[in-house]
Amino acid sequence: MTDDELIWRIAGGSGDGIASTSQNFAKALMRAGLHVFTHRHYPSRIRGGHTYTEVRVSADPVKSRGDGYNFLLALGDSFARNPQENAYYGNEEVKPLSENLDELAEGGVIVYDSGLLDTDDIPDFDERVEENGWHVYDIDLRTIAREHGREVMRNTAGVAVTCAIAGIEPQVIKSLMEDTMSEKVFEPNMSVFDDAYDTVREEFDADAPDVSVPEGEHDEEQVLISGSDAIAYGALDEGCRFIAGYPMTPWTEVFTIMSQNLPEVGGISEQVEDEIAAAALAVGASHAGVKAMSGSSGGGFALMSEPLGLAEMTETPVVLVEAMRAGPSTGMPTKPEQADLEHVLYTSQGDSHRVVFAPSDAEEAYKQTRRAFQIAYEYQIPAIVLYDQKNGGELRNVPASVFDEEPNPDIGSVITEAELEDAPHDPSGKYNRFQHEGENGVSPRSVPGQKGGRYLATGNEHMPAGHISEDPDNRINQVNRRMEKMEAIRADLDNDEDTNTHYGPEDAEFGILTFGSQQGTVEEAVDRLNDRDHSVKMLGVSEMAPYPVEEVTEFVQSVDEVLVIEMNASAQFRGLTQKELGRFGEKLSSLLKYNGNPFEPDEIVDGFVTSIVEDGTLPGHETKFVPAASD
Amino acid sequence: MSAFSAIGEHAEHDRNEYTPGVEPQPTWCPGCGDFGVLKALKGAAAELGLSPEEMLVCTGIGCSGKLNSYFDSYGFHTIHGRSLPIARAAKLANPGLTVIAAGGDGDGYGIGGNHFMHSARENHDITYIVFNNEIFGLTKGQTSPTSPKGHKSKTQPHGSAKDPIRPLSMSLNAGASYIARTAAVNPNQAKDIIVEAVEHDGFSHIDFLTQCPTWNKDAKQYVPYIDVNESEDYEFDNTNRSEASEMMFETENVLNEGTVLTGRYYVDDRPSYQQEKRQIGEIPEEPLAERYFDDSYEWERVYDTFLDKHK
Ligand SMILES: Cc1ncc(C[n+]2csc(CCOP(=O)(O)OP(=O)(O)O)c2C)c(N)n1
Ligand code: SF4
Ligand SMILES: [Mg+2]
Repeated sequence: MTDDELIWRIAGGSGDGIASTSQNFAKALMRAGLHVFTHRHYPSRIRGGHTYTEVRVSADPVKSRGDGYNFLLALGDSFARNPQENAYYGNEEVKPLSENLDELAEGGVIVYDSGLLDTDDIPDFDERVEENGWHVYDIDLRTIAREHGREVMRNTAGVAVTCAIAGIEPQVIKSLMEDTMSEKVFEPNMSVFDDAYDTVREEFDADAPDVSVPEGEHDEEQVLISGSDAIAYGALDEGCRFIAGYPMTPWTEVFTIMSQNLPEVGGISEQVEDEIAAAALAVGASHAGVKAMSGSSGGGFALMSEPLGLAEMTETPVVLVEAMRAGPSTGMPTKPEQADLEHVLYTSQGDSHRVVFAPSDAEEAYKQTRRAFQIAYEYQIPAIVLYDQKNGGELRNVPASVFDEEPNPDIGSVITEAELEDAPHDPSGKYNRFQHEGENGVSPRSVPGQKGGRYLATGNEHMPAGHISEDPDNRINQVNRRMEKMEAIRADLDNDEDTNTHYGPEDAEFGILTFGSQQGTVEEAVDRLNDRDHSVKMLGVSEMAPYPVEEVTEFVQSVDEVLVIEMNASAQFRGLTQKELGRFGEKLSSLLKYNGNPFEPDEIVDGFVTSIVEDGTLPGHETKFVPAASD
Repeated sequence: MSAFSAIGEHAEHDRNEYTPGVEPQPTWCPGCGDFGVLKALKGAAAELGLSPEEMLVCTGIGCSGKLNSYFDSYGFHTIHGRSLPIARAAKLANPGLTVIAAGGDGDGYGIGGNHFMHSARENHDITYIVFNNEIFGLTKGQTSPTSPKGHKSKTQPHGSAKDPIRPLSMSLNAGASYIARTAAVNPNQAKDIIVEAVEHDGFSHIDFLTQCPTWNKDAKQYVPYIDVNESEDYEFDNTNRSEASEMMFETENVLNEGTVLTGRYYVDDRPSYQQEKRQIGEIPEEPLAERYFDDSYEWERVYDTFLDKHK
């Protein structure tokens, strides 16, 4: 955290409207010219349970949630359970205040709703305030809200108090509220806002704390976008007009966005009986000539294993997305983790292949989802977009121009009826849809309903027209052709620029390797390390399969040592890297985190310093260091 | 102009057109009931005037799943139990296709039971033929969900302790809008029923009794059969749900006592899923698959269509 930024944490109970309030707050500040980034923390409960969202606000671009925070708005949990004696969940009502104190920066601000929260319930509250130099504002937000409107409007009161303390122009918030609220709701909210704002001005010395929002300006129009939005938009711009799914956190977001948008563009969304059906429907729709997708999170994706293999064997293009959450099994549904990497790479029997992208942020999610569709349809192979609860849910400002792209409805390597007339058929008149030879291993497919195109698609090994066959020569031919596609895709991806992200000084002494959602945080850590005279660069890999062997080899070779950063306990990405590169075991060590929360930049800074530069002990951190093979 | 000119051709088709030129001879065991389904389907397709290339036959895994190896049309031999979700999606993607799903009793009532229940409930406009031989044929004769209680097999050496599934009753409760049972030994009735099922708007379910002389010696030939719509011994209105339900219950009760009842058990004219979904604006007017072949179609851009709410 730097002096000139605000990291605002709004804390309450599930169901208290924390998410929408924080989203509006972030958007208002984005409109005012600032860079914003949100981080959500929520339990797997609908009503009650401590939840918070952080909004980081800065004049400069922000890539992560930052470390800690400096402004707490504690609303209290209005759906808290009544604590019984020795209840393991303790006093839930005060958690929005009590649970958040550890990470609050020195000199930070605490605003709490004294209508709901009593600091007497928090051990050593006054001492801690004193010790840390916190500025405390006890304001009865609930009463203010009730006086002018309804109790739920205490969020508005809290935002107004934030504005008064942090020096945010009220109009910034008000004009956004006007855009998003009906007049009936808007009016009382304005009264609540003004009353709360004036209360601070009149009753407190608002100039006291050193926490304020900087001035900023964007040089082009911005949009506030999550990774889930970006995946859905990438799919829509590739002409995807069919999705099938079954709800599961956190994949539900992509499914919901698609379901709400598809009817508007004449598409179809199907909520079906289970994930086996979901993946099978996507395969069926694609087989019949539509660009289709499905997706899930860990457990649901496990159910897709067999349809995934069917898509591969029948060479039916399909795009699946996998939103990781902490596992195994039901794990921690609302917590991010990157432990499904191996699951996604290797699930499904046989010599099975698929393409896997792991985008780091919204912009990459949009581009790589598009790329996933292009490759899936061109090469008739399943492509997977792997992300997680972190980059799926976090909102950030992205230039609108990122999305100023043309749609691409191209259905890929499909033969037309006219071409079918001269295409090879078997003696019974079936089209040889699975020819032994094909450019890059691709044999163009026909689509049911086309004249002259009939064939059998089957998960069994098959002859060129689809007849089931165990003939050894045919078998070798078909396997080789299907494998050839992966090599062609690898060559294609090698020509793509900047799918994988290089960051930091090119001639750096040390390297950090990471993938997916941790990349932005690592970039921030790399900046800090170089500021402190360490010499470090980063490679953030998005191509999980085919793996960019050459690019990573060059990176590893160019440095003395590499720290691999990932959010899991078994170092799956390091394992993949070693397997693909076939060497460097002595050069790669790991920094892991698997407590349910993503890395913070300083954890990486400290992890790097202690593990690479010093002896590997990480005092006071929830991360784990695993040394390289020779250490 | 349609990119799928096989659809809606309305030409005359001979039943032999559906016999593939390569491997025309199925590899089913001699006397297998599956031949009866193939024959009835060929007859029905010819009678319906369907071009082989406007039909998509999706099958599961089992002896029954080989149907589309021996029936020449577009085919998708899927995975065990999953013919229905593939078939449903193909129909949604291109409603012009005549989509038929087929598979065994293990495939449809066991491993794929959840899909059966929901495809029926949703009333997708497809036809589902279940080859019911009361046995797992392809895996060599294990007890299936329709095997009678007490049926002995290698995996149930003391005889099955389970009552068999009631396929017709299950279908009715789940929501299928056309439900029939026929038998391989009765090719004319079978053909007529398939014709009706394909013409029906909504989910048509045919429980097709197919003897397996290799593994299921008990079941014999499903003869003599009785058509409950024609026999004077049975009187019921197959558009009346509770009468249909009683008739199904009785049919299921007597099957394993040696009385083979067949016929049309239930016909309901409720709108198909396709109709319902189009009504609420969630299926486009034009077949979705056509759009990808239409060069003049103006594809929407996210930038123009969805981005404003993020500003
Ligand atoms: C997921 C899965 N489990 C098991 C099998 C093995 N298997 C193939 S067919 C079959 C049962 C076949 O019985 P049924 O569906 O009644 O078809 P039939 O052969 O009798 O026509 C089984 C268990 C498989 N292919 N896939
Ligand atoms: S095993 Fe039974 S069901 Fe399979 S082909 Fe032989 S007779 Fe038919
Ligand atoms: Mg069977």
